[in-house]
Amino acid sequence: MALMKVKFDLKKRVKLAQMLWLMYWFSVMAGVLVFSMGLFFKIELRKRSELMDNNESHFVPNILIGVGLLACCLNAFGGKICYDSLDSTKFAKWKSILKPFLICCLFFNFLLIITAALCFAMRIPLEYTLAEGLKNGMKFYKDTDTPGRCYMKRTLDLMQIEFRCCGNNNYKDWFEIQWVSNRYLDFSSKEVKDRISSNVDGKYLMDGVPFSCCNPSSPRPCIQQQITNNSAHYSYDHYTEELNIWKRGCRDALIAYYGGMMNTIGILVLVVTLLQSAVMIGLQYINTSLSTLVNPEDPESESEGWILEKTVKETFTDIMAKMKAMGKGNQVDEGANEEAAATDS
Amino acid sequence: MVLLKLKFPFQKRVRLAQGLWLLSWVAMFSGAITFAMGVFLKTELYRRSEVMHNMDIHIVPNLLMAVGLASVGINICAGKVCHDSLDLSRFPRWKTFLPPFFCISVFFSSLLLVAMILSFALQASLEESLKIGLKNGIRFYKDTDTPGRCFQKETIDRLQIEFQCCGNTNYRDWFEVQWISNRYLDFTSKEVKDRVRSNVDGRYLLDGVPFSCCNPASPRPCIQNSLLDNSAHYNYEYQTEELNLYSRGCRQALVSYYMGLMNTIGPCVLLFFLLQMSILVSLRYLQTAMEGVLGQENMEIETEGYILEKGVKETLLETKEKMMKLFQLAQVGDASDATPGTEPEAEKPATA
Repeated sequence: MALMKVKFDLKKRVKLAQMLWLMYWFSVMAGVLVFSMGLFFKIELRKRSELMDNNESHFVPNILIGVGLLACCLNAFGGKICYDSLDSTKFAKWKSILKPFLICCLFFNFLLIITAALCFAMRIPLEYTLAEGLKNGMKFYKDTDTPGRCYMKRTLDLMQIEFRCCGNNNYKDWFEIQWVSNRYLDFSSKEVKDRISSNVDGKYLMDGVPFSCCNPSSPRPCIQQQITNNSAHYSYDHYTEELNIWKRGCRDALIAYYGGMMNTIGILVLVVTLLQSAVMIGLQYINTSLSTLVNPEDPESESEGWILEKTVKETFTDIMAKMKAMGKGNQVDEGANEEAAATDS
Repeated sequence: MVLLKLKFPFQKRVRLAQGLWLLSWVAMFSGAITFAMGVFLKTELYRRSEVMHNMDIHIVPNLLMAVGLASVGINICAGKVCHDSLDLSRFPRWKTFLPPFFCISVFFSSLLLVAMILSFALQASLEESLKIGLKNGIRFYKDTDTPGRCFQKETIDRLQIEFQCCGNTNYRDWFEVQWISNRYLDFTSKEVKDRVRSNVDGRYLLDGVPFSCCNPASPRPCIQNSLLDNSAHYNYEYQTEELNLYSRGCRQALVSYYMGLMNTIGPCVLLFFLLQMSILVSLRYLQTAMEGVLGQENMEIETEGYILEKGVKETLLETKEKMMKLFQLAQVGDASDATPGTEPEAEKPATA
């Protein structure tokens, strides 16, 4: 009992081939889209690689780029086959390749599903990478004279402005590190000496944040210094003040940004998988309908098309039997021995 | 004397029609692109309309949008005419349509040049508009509790961050206005009282700027207050300090941004204008060449094409005469409306 058998006359076959050719072109463009999304994701990761300690994993965007290119090639090839299927002489040369090609497409579909799953799952390692990277980045904020780190201040400032965030988890992270370079501290002044002697490491710590933490929506000019000291500013209560500086931490902001990007790409890859499965089924129909012509000489005769020659269960058992036969090819002696032993006993 | 006469054998006519059909499709897309550029420019101008005093500059994107839409229609018609010119039975119906079509097309194409000229001519007006708009914006920066102005602070802050600028002409503009709201000033403190008394209007002026003027590229944390006081900060000299704040004024930043946009759009518009004019000229040649074929038995004869049947001067005189005739007809119509009133009167005495 064939799976989803459909009768085909010439007109129906021609229509199927034309529609499938169009769908293959859409799939080529979808492949280009996946490729460009992979490239975009890779560029975005590289743009902020300073904040990820330069050891972020480019595995997922590389896979997306590879899958996109592979999809383009496979679909262009499939489109050519469709185009030739209308002419029986041209189609004859593709006949032998068609079955392996369809199996390739099936494996490619599985690869697409795995890629989509990877896209959704990449969030977790990214979270850890960002947490480490941001912590180190903030430590190097003041090192504007150290080669290799002199742009960290600018990168962090621009990131906090763009993503509307402050610090790693929140703004209090800035209280725990020295973010003012020693070059701009007057070590002869009492205030500086007090602050430095107030902690073990001799760091100049204060309850202030850089200007990039300021929220433009605040109705009052930004309060950056002595944030936790209510008496230092008129009409100010840092417990209830919401709009002065950004409340969100940069790790959450960046995770949300990259997570959204990865979710979109994952959904896109799933849609491409559906499209890919549809064209694969269409090609199988074309293959079977052109090989079961009632009258092989007459191109206008009727034919039948199906997805699988037998039912799913029977096909599966057939495949298993074939694989077992291939596996037992080297063990014929053992098999004969077993049979002999069985007949004996 | 015919203007720019060319001979057209049959093959040349066919090739002209086909090439022109293809070119009209290209021009249609160019028209759509011009429309899109107009929309983009208008959106960008609209986004910053809060710091602009008047909307004079909006005429440039409006013209671009209008011409873009018109040219899409014009080029669709041109394509249809080309398509029909290959079939002699369908071409005659375009005969009366084409002369006014040419006039309208030339008018719209010249509007493109007008838009380009205006984009340069209105630069001074844009600068003036920005000057006034930014001055008001900075003045109302502190009014975050006044309805209608409460978002001025956010607008100016975001503007200064995005365009990397500070103040109107430079950062000193902030020293001349009170940009801290009275709600956050402690009027019992000595410092506030001193500052308020130090000027005629009783404003709280200080040599400080908002945080949005800070330059992230500076190696030291941003110095916003006591900018002119070297002793207030360690190792600081305001005369030589370059990177602490943005040195550019927002007026200059915005003017160069918009001029950059218009300078990019300018050459594209010029190219499109040349394309459109070449299409119109070729269409005129095709029309006149086809007119020679109409009424003939054999389609494949050689004909002549020209731009104007007579010289430029004579054509202008003829057009003027035609317009005068149309004008006179309208007047005669008015006159004949007046005369039926007198005629029945003349008849009445006759009948009476």
